Amino acid sequence: MSEVRALIVDDSSVMRKIVERSLRQAGLDTLVVFEAGSGVEGLEQLKIQKVDLILTDINMPSMDGLEFLRQVREQNLAPGIPVVMITTESSEQSVKQAIQSGAQGYIRKPFTAEQVKERVLPLLNAA
Amino acid sequence: MECSLRESVHLISDPGNLDASVEEVFSLMLGVNSQRYTGPAEASELESVTAVVGFGGVLSGACVFRSGASAAIKIAAHMTGMEFTEVDDTVKDGIGEICNMLAGTWKGKVPELAANCGLSVPAVITGQNYKLHVQSPEFKLHHTYHFDDASFEVTIICDGLQ
Repeated sequence: MSEVRALIVDDSSVMRKIVERSLRQAGLDTLVVFEAGSGVEGLEQLKIQKVDLILTDINMPSMDGLEFLRQVREQNLAPGIPVVMITTESSEQSVKQAIQSGAQGYIRKPFTAEQVKERVLPLLNAA
Repeated sequence: MECSLRESVHLISDPGNLDASVEEVFSLMLGVNSQRYTGPAEASELESVTAVVGFGGVLSGACVFRSGASAAIKIAAHMTGMEFTEVDDTVKDGIGEICNMLAGTWKGKVPELAANCGLSVPAVITGQNYKLHVQSPEFKLHHTYHFDDASFEVTIICDGLQ
């Protein structure tokens, strides 16, 4: 797979590192990662960087992942770019909300690198 | 639709759910086996790290993770693959995330709770010789676990149930 540019949005720097490591373990050797510690920072990143994939937490202070995603779609900051929600929220309602907000994938924390691979790679191949 | 958990309190307070949640989080995120310890109380380290994630909605309360500094450092090292010599911001961040995942996994064991109970962002407290007090909770689960040669405690406090 050619270079993949991913934006990882999570208020936890440890989780951003774990998500990055899982993407590399999924076979994305040529991964270029941009990090954002909040939804607001994520929007700023998308104004200056072109990315192929967005992975975002939901439960974050100041702007949560759902609002971030709504803003991304509203401002047309990443047209056609797949978004995967990574969150501790596992209810059907949360998944529905994420899909309605425009997410294509959903990964529940805790997760394995295999789960990241199963959910992310098909989205990149389809994009 | 109004949701009441009063009739499922036995499911929510099932101690097995907490043990299963701890096992799941530690095996998936750290790659280690954690086991519940039910022996006599052990001497605790002076410096400790506590993370708290609040529950809101049909259940109010908190999930509290507490360990000594050395166990917290070990957990963060397993999570990140990095080495730490003190409880720095990355260690605190990692412990906050562990607590967040424990709270999310625990509430996910009961569908009514998963759908109708929200989580706060984690707060992390560090220091020496402090105690946490909760006044007359509806129920409280307090378990100690071991992994490798480290130990930690997880407490679920429910102070209100709809």
